[in-house]
Amino acid sequence: MIATFTGTAQKRVLPGFGLSLGITLLFVSLVLLLPMTSLVGQLAGLSLAEYWAIITEERVVASYMITIGAAAVAAIVNAFFGLLMAWVLVRYEFPGRRLLDALMDLPFALPTAVAGITLATMYSSSGFMGKLLAPLGIEISYTWVGIALAMAFTSIPFVVRTVQPVLEDLPQEIDEAALTLGASDTLAFRRVILPHLWPALVTGTGLAFVRSLGEFGAVIFIAGNMPFETEITSLMIFVKLQEYDYVGASAIASVVLAVSLLLLLALNLWQGRFIRRLHGGKG
Amino acid sequence: MQRIGDAPRTRRLLIGLAVALSVLFLLLPLIAIFAQAFAEGVAIFWNNLSDEYTLAAIGLTLLVTALTIPVNLVFGVFLAWLVTRFEFPGRRLLQTLIDIPFAVSPVVAGLVYLLLYGSSGWVGSWLDGYDIQLMFAWPGIVLVTIFVTCPFVARELIPLMQAQGAGEEEAAVTLGASGWTIFRRVTLPNIKWALLYGVILTNARAVGEFGAVSVVSGSIRGETNTLPLHVELLYQDYNTVGAFTAAALLALIALFTLAAKAGLEWRATRREQFR
Repeated sequence: MIATFTGTAQKRVLPGFGLSLGITLLFVSLVLLLPMTSLVGQLAGLSLAEYWAIITEERVVASYMITIGAAAVAAIVNAFFGLLMAWVLVRYEFPGRRLLDALMDLPFALPTAVAGITLATMYSSSGFMGKLLAPLGIEISYTWVGIALAMAFTSIPFVVRTVQPVLEDLPQEIDEAALTLGASDTLAFRRVILPHLWPALVTGTGLAFVRSLGEFGAVIFIAGNMPFETEITSLMIFVKLQEYDYVGASAIASVVLAVSLLLLLALNLWQGRFIRRLHGGKG
Repeated sequence: MQRIGDAPRTRRLLIGLAVALSVLFLLLPLIAIFAQAFAEGVAIFWNNLSDEYTLAAIGLTLLVTALTIPVNLVFGVFLAWLVTRFEFPGRRLLQTLIDIPFAVSPVVAGLVYLLLYGSSGWVGSWLDGYDIQLMFAWPGIVLVTIFVTCPFVARELIPLMQAQGAGEEEAAVTLGASGWTIFRRVTLPNIKWALLYGVILTNARAVGEFGAVSVVSGSIRGETNTLPLHVELLYQDYNTVGAFTAAALLALIALFTLAAKAGLEWRATRREQFR
């Protein structure tokens, strides 16, 4: 390994290879990899049966269901909302467009705890939105819907920001070709535009889903955190930690970690295959 | 030129829907933060702000951010230089690895640091022998914040430096410039805005991190309570106005981040037009 590094380094024109490699590897090992190994170390002491018992405990399984269900709803809502926003921001000129564009990044810039208390207050029974919805029999705070709402809020930018650049790069001729051939707007959008946006849309939705699975700060305030009903998996880990049950927390964390890494890997592979298909084997 | 969805009715409908939904789900919460913070008047807002524990939380948050930014700035620049200016085995893997913090749930991030550096972890117990405690103290908060924010600077720099290519730097080398001179006189002027935005994003996340920090902090009032944790504490004490006062401060930083992004983008499109 080292031989090949120095071997190629001699041919490099620019300086700083050794230094950058050294600093980067040191940082990656100390900050990213070493802490991850501690999770493995913590779990190594468990037998498979014990591990299985922890991660399939009834209350934990209930939290998986709640988290996955709410994250799926949040991701699907964002797929539609994100597509709409990307379309409107790219295709139309109107006063306030730039402001609207900037507003899309708010959920990434706003600390999750701030989003959490704000949504919880707005949608509680005494809050501004809660009061509007209560007569209709809709309760959001301290229910499953509230969890999905908080997850949807924090992951808004993903779909918008992945679809937007693709839509910007679509040539105008596509529109014209479809329309001159007599397609209606809806048909042209569905059959001509949407196929181009598909990879970005799926990627954005997938990222929103993964982010929602791990969301903590925004959700815990609005969730009410009742076991079996509105308790998310991240909170389960947190609760175990507060009971000093480090092994239990690690076991559940390993499930969360594995699922999100696998999902991201699958998204990457799928995207790679899709791009190769579009470019006829290249890319 | 005919375009899909250009009929006035479709246009109005879609713009109207987009604006209405954005106002409902994004603008209203933003307004609600400030409305709640000032619900009992400016004097109370000011009173809440100058509360001893709020000031301590602001101080700690500033300290954590001030330590996190330089570390991730240096790392981000070196990483971007490494992966955009050199070919070597494992380059792709390295680029994937730095995205780990984006994939990991903040609570899990806090947990792995607690396991390693806590008094029962192997690094933690070794440090314990020297009477150094990292977890449930400010150094632990700094460590997890560095973890959570480390991809931001590199993420902003890598695509830009890749697009710019190494031509200018190579020219500088042939003219006999040293590494530091090349970086300062050639690279830095080209990347300064992306670097600035990377720092602004790092700042926003470092100031606002909640999940990871709450695992390792222990939330001791006046000692290990960062501003987002203080928001939670006040909220759970049923001091809503106090909680939203602290939240308003954080929201201001978020607004500044959005303004900075819009400004930098505006600058970039203007430069493109002049070319």
